[in-house]
Amino acid sequence: MVDIHRDYVSNVSSTDFPGNFPGEDHAWDLEKFKSNFNVSISQLTERTSNFDLIGIDTSFANAFRRIMIAEVPSVAIEKVFIEQNTSVIQDEVLASRLGLVPLLVNPDSLDWMVDPLHLNEAHNVENTVAFSLQVKCERNSDGTIKNENVYAKDLKFVPFEGQTISPEPTVAYEDILIAKLRPGQEISLTCWAILGVGSDHAKFSPVATASYRLMPQISILKDIEGEDAIKFQKCFPNGVVDIVDGKPKVVDPRKDTVSREVLRHPEFEGKVKLGRRRDHFIFNIESTGAMTPAEIFLKSVAALREKATVLQSCKLE
Amino acid sequence: MESLLQPQYRGKSLTDPVNTLEDKWNLLPAFLRVKGLVKQHLDSFNYFIETDIKKILAANQVILSDVDPQFYLKYLDIRVARPTRQDANEFDTSITPHECRLRDLTYAAPILVDVEYTKGSEVIVRRGVEIGRMPLMLRSSLCVLSGHERDEVAMARMNECPLDPGGYFIVNGTEKVILIQEQLSKNRILVEAERELVQASVTSSTHERKSKSYVVAKVGDGRCYLKHNSLSEDVPIVIALKAAGLATDLEIMELVCGTSHKYQELFSINFEECAKLGVRTQQEALTYLGQRVRGGRYQYGTTRLSPVEEGMEALAQTIVAHIAVDREHADYREKALYLALMARRVVQTLHDPQKVDDRDYVGNKRLELAGQLMSLLFEDLFKTFNSQFRQSIDKSLKKPNRAQAFDALFSMSFGGSHITSGLNRAISTGNWSLKRFKMERAGVTHLLSRLSYISALGMMTRISSQFEKSRKVSGPRALQPSQFGMLCLSDTPEGEACGLVKNLALMTHITTDVEEEPVLRACASLGMEPIQLVDARTLTDPKVATVYLNGTPVGVTHLPKMFLARFRHLRRAERIYEFVSVWRNDHQNSIQIATDGGRVCRPLIIVQDGVPLLTPNQIERLKNEELSFDDFLRLGVVEYLDCNEENDSLIALKEDLVTTQHTHLEIEPFTVLGAVAGLIPYPHHNQSPRNTYQCAMGKQAIGVIARNQFTRIDTLLYAMVYPQQPMVKTKTIELVQYDQLPAGQNATVAVMSYSGYDIEDALVLNKSSIDRGFGRCQVFKKATTTLKRYANQQTDRLEGFRMDEDMNPISTHAALGTDGLAEVGERLENGQVYINKAVPVQPEPNQNQQVQVDDSDFRETPMSYRAPEAAYVDKVMLSTNEKDLPLIKVLLRQTRRPELGDKFSSRHGQKGVCGIIVKQEDMPFSDHGVCPDIIMNPHGFPSRMTVGKMLELVSGKAGVLSGNLEYGTCFGGSKLSKMSAELIKHGYNYSGKDMLYSGITGEALEAYIFFGPIYYQKLKHMVMDKMHARPRGPRAVLTRQPTEGRSRDGGLRLGEMERDCVVAYGASQLLLERLMLSSDVFDVELCRKCGLLTGTDRWCSICESGEEVEDMKLPYAAKLLFQELMAMNIAPRVSLSE
Repeated sequence: MVDIHRDYVSNVSSTDFPGNFPGEDHAWDLEKFKSNFNVSISQLTERTSNFDLIGIDTSFANAFRRIMIAEVPSVAIEKVFIEQNTSVIQDEVLASRLGLVPLLVNPDSLDWMVDPLHLNEAHNVENTVAFSLQVKCERNSDGTIKNENVYAKDLKFVPFEGQTISPEPTVAYEDILIAKLRPGQEISLTCWAILGVGSDHAKFSPVATASYRLMPQISILKDIEGEDAIKFQKCFPNGVVDIVDGKPKVVDPRKDTVSREVLRHPEFEGKVKLGRRRDHFIFNIESTGAMTPAEIFLKSVAALREKATVLQSCKLE
Repeated sequence: MESLLQPQYRGKSLTDPVNTLEDKWNLLPAFLRVKGLVKQHLDSFNYFIETDIKKILAANQVILSDVDPQFYLKYLDIRVARPTRQDANEFDTSITPHECRLRDLTYAAPILVDVEYTKGSEVIVRRGVEIGRMPLMLRSSLCVLSGHERDEVAMARMNECPLDPGGYFIVNGTEKVILIQEQLSKNRILVEAERELVQASVTSSTHERKSKSYVVAKVGDGRCYLKHNSLSEDVPIVIALKAAGLATDLEIMELVCGTSHKYQELFSINFEECAKLGVRTQQEALTYLGQRVRGGRYQYGTTRLSPVEEGMEALAQTIVAHIAVDREHADYREKALYLALMARRVVQTLHDPQKVDDRDYVGNKRLELAGQLMSLLFEDLFKTFNSQFRQSIDKSLKKPNRAQAFDALFSMSFGGSHITSGLNRAISTGNWSLKRFKMERAGVTHLLSRLSYISALGMMTRISSQFEKSRKVSGPRALQPSQFGMLCLSDTPEGEACGLVKNLALMTHITTDVEEEPVLRACASLGMEPIQLVDARTLTDPKVATVYLNGTPVGVTHLPKMFLARFRHLRRAERIYEFVSVWRNDHQNSIQIATDGGRVCRPLIIVQDGVPLLTPNQIERLKNEELSFDDFLRLGVVEYLDCNEENDSLIALKEDLVTTQHTHLEIEPFTVLGAVAGLIPYPHHNQSPRNTYQCAMGKQAIGVIARNQFTRIDTLLYAMVYPQQPMVKTKTIELVQYDQLPAGQNATVAVMSYSGYDIEDALVLNKSSIDRGFGRCQVFKKATTTLKRYANQQTDRLEGFRMDEDMNPISTHAALGTDGLAEVGERLENGQVYINKAVPVQPEPNQNQQVQVDDSDFRETPMSYRAPEAAYVDKVMLSTNEKDLPLIKVLLRQTRRPELGDKFSSRHGQKGVCGIIVKQEDMPFSDHGVCPDIIMNPHGFPSRMTVGKMLELVSGKAGVLSGNLEYGTCFGGSKLSKMSAELIKHGYNYSGKDMLYSGITGEALEAYIFFGPIYYQKLKHMVMDKMHARPRGPRAVLTRQPTEGRSRDGGLRLGEMERDCVVAYGASQLLLERLMLSSDVFDVELCRKCGLLTGTDRWCSICESGEEVEDMKLPYAAKLLFQELMAMNIAPRVSLSE
């Protein structure tokens, strides 16, 4: 249990691993882990998910989080070939913006590129997806302006010869504004998207964010009654505390944001104890679109396993 | 009527509190609309080109010839036309300022005169003769931009930024500002006590001359003297007064001392002295005076004046020159009164040293603006122009028997460039040298700094002092209480110019000259007795107040209070110009009226009987734009007070503090700050030096400089890729429209220690934030060249690219197009050519015939790109300049992402460099998964005491959560308690401190982290422009030592102090290596016998032997010294030993 005090947090590190307490066996036990470990999913959509990992060590939860942000590969535009750009936005800025556009390309359908920085030749049908952006802004006869805004949807997939990818690559969000044009201005370019990882550039990260928080816990130590009870209830977000028989009762600590508001008021001093469960992680994953959050999480598990396998094969000196 | 019966009327119910003047700040935007931050420059310049220039003409109206008495030329009118383009064969002569910037032209308009002159016996009138070109101030009344200020479409069509303040000139394509100059006020008596000496001085300044007169006395002595540059000796004051026509000692005594016995006692010694010198009558006094006038004066260059005449002349013309004297009637009474007044002030100060004046007091200062300086310059140039013109017509008229009647206008057009070039040169160099006034001022103009919008704006409000920077006096540098509300309290540079360079506050206005005559008439109608009719005793009567107009006594009144009240009443009723100030000086028992230009003043709300005259209804009408600021002046609700009158008033800071004693109410307290200091949120919670630091740094922040920034071709331009308006704004930010041209980004900041790379104010940056565009900026650099034309008709030319054997362009020419200029969008690597120019080998004509042009006659002088990091070609401009030569400008662009060592700063004087860039997964994160963009070390807070920054964070966080922009206006802004409540409402801790998890271990951090958005500025100091190292490289030609400085790829100097360390340590070999072997080592041959350097042929030509010639190494600088000594007939001999 992590203790929440008014001014500080204590007891943040887990101590239940072997060797921490002499004479006590904390050796990791698969059976024990299996019986304790629990996953509960509270929300799962195409783009976001919210689930709890209960009974797992911080190091694992954090490893999953880090791998999701930085090491699960995804596809993003890496090279932009500008044929014409008469807009106000400069070539480099335009290219940087295009790179950050999330693409709906299945990462598994592409191969890794060895050295994307240099050799143009290294690009091939197996590892590159090409998009083209051809927009020309014109004034219509009725005075309205055509193509005033360039959106992500204007990026069109251009297959290389013999390239078939299904489903056809598109952008994840159609209405991302890339540039603004005035009549007579034109953008004409092709861009190549490749596979990469988030540690290389944020555009390759498959998640907008992936993070967790610890499960809050509120224990009422002494009775709180009367008006104090209402005040107590108001110290928490809606639905955390209910009032039963004039006394506050913690209903759903998961909804608490741990604002410590309750610790500010002297009337509750010594009557309440806040804490967070150290082995209960509430994960929140927001995908950029190419993969579902579930996929991303599972890939992070797979990546960790692979790392473990590599470590296992290493000889210990 | 219907609406009145509703329970809600205009959004308020009956039981709501009565509307107060809470919204009185709305007067501010209204004020800025009519006056504005640069309006003083514009007003002053407009006054010059509309009014003052005509006055100058009137003073120099007629030109006569010494040769032909028949001839005359008379100027009838002068005016400045609209700006024109000067190109030959141009049909459309209209020009925009932006074209001048791009084409290196001067934004100027022709000065036209109407003349009447004689040609033979005819009288000819010519209208619209151009005598020169006047550089125009942008947005002045004649500028093409005037009238379109609010018309964004028109401004865009002219490629001009609607937010640009104007108020500067464009000379040869560069933007020049004439800084506001601070000076002591002219034509005022100023009493000073310097150690043993008490002196009353007055700087007289008229159109003709400038001089300074003094009345001095020693403390404890009482003997007063008149002192003046033109007098070879100090003249006893009584003699001077007698010379000026004060007949009796009694009258002198009454004028100087009144009925006060103490004063009489002090002063009486002066009569004694006068009597000792045997001066009794005016005649004797004038003789005495005339004998002491320096450098005898000649009338019409013939007869020498008699001492009496000399004395009269001096008294009339040079001493206290600004007091006019009726010479026809030899009436010196006013001058006598003035001198007596000076003496009186000295005597008063001798008696009570408290009565000295404070020369640092803002009320004793005048601010000189562009218009005044231009007018001085123009008058000088116009006078020389006229005398040159006269000389040239004299020359022509001298010629006997002309075939045709001489047309004087011919010679006029020849002199035309004198005025043009004189004005241009003065503005572009900043040297104001006027022989007439012995004025020699350098650094009057400055290049308008376009680093950021705020730096340009800050420059327009800057005031530079005439005070020397090197002197170590604290007085002029100190913050004066009278600066309050007039000059910004925070914005001043650090270091040598500290306190001498100031800035205007937000609501300051600087007056221009106003006619004295109507004011004088108004005074008379208020019952003032003219000074000419008042006897000496009344003048010093304590019950009678003297009325001074611009420091000169003009009359007396027996009812000073009533006079004051009625005068103000007249002014509020618009019978007297609003900028005329009136105040009462109790020490001198006087009423002072000022109409002169250069006084600083500011508007205030008038309070009568404890009630501010401004009503909520009026504010409502102001908001609906039914009323303008000038209407408030007209209604007598608001008036301008200058510094002196302000001292005569009781001003309430807030509405609820108003009592019946109060005369005025402040419009808004935050106007004590200027435009630059106004960017700081919650400045009233910061330690004051921090605000000053931010004022300096806000000008270095990279942002948007103007809306036309991408059409400009500046020498150096910084632009931020994704600028944001600050989450925590101030009213000032909205008023100066910083929110539309911002310079910074709202970074999510965690105040915590991280990684150890954050000591000494270093910042930790999030790599993913940078990937997504945080702190990304662009640097534009310009390269210019002209294709010159030479005397033999040859010209510089552009060559295409050279090709290698595969018919591809060679690598250094890869970016070039067929025209020899780099193509737009091309990438330029170090060493690549972007303008392939070639110049003729023989530009000088060897024969008169035209040379056959051949390729071999040209030598390539390409302009190539030199920088470690590549750049892209942004723009290529081809045009012609004023001399009709081809002008080529190439703009190069670099896009930079933040890197280690780049400088950032918040708006609280807290600068820091980037110490480490950390990946997002390693960054701490909050419950919501938010990672900081910047981690700032908490050690930055205790010693800096920038509480405003903490408040900015809390307000910003609350604003983010509720979706509002919060205010951090000085003496106001969003309340912390409200912000905390907002945080609690959204489930955050009230203090802004969140629970964070370590990104590395994943565990919760043991401390709550202060976490939220703070506006960060990226400053122009970037590592890429500074990094430098050199293993070996170029050497200076003369000394053969490594060159100096980064721009020349120079070496890093092992300086004297470093050398001392090495010497102290005893590392002699290291010293030898650093100072000679790695620097300018040189092999010489030396003759052991004579000790002199020999040639290189192992032969000493002096000893005529090669026996004892030795090889040795010497610093080349030493060899050079030996040779130079030898050239001076000194033989440096070296004696060698083993």
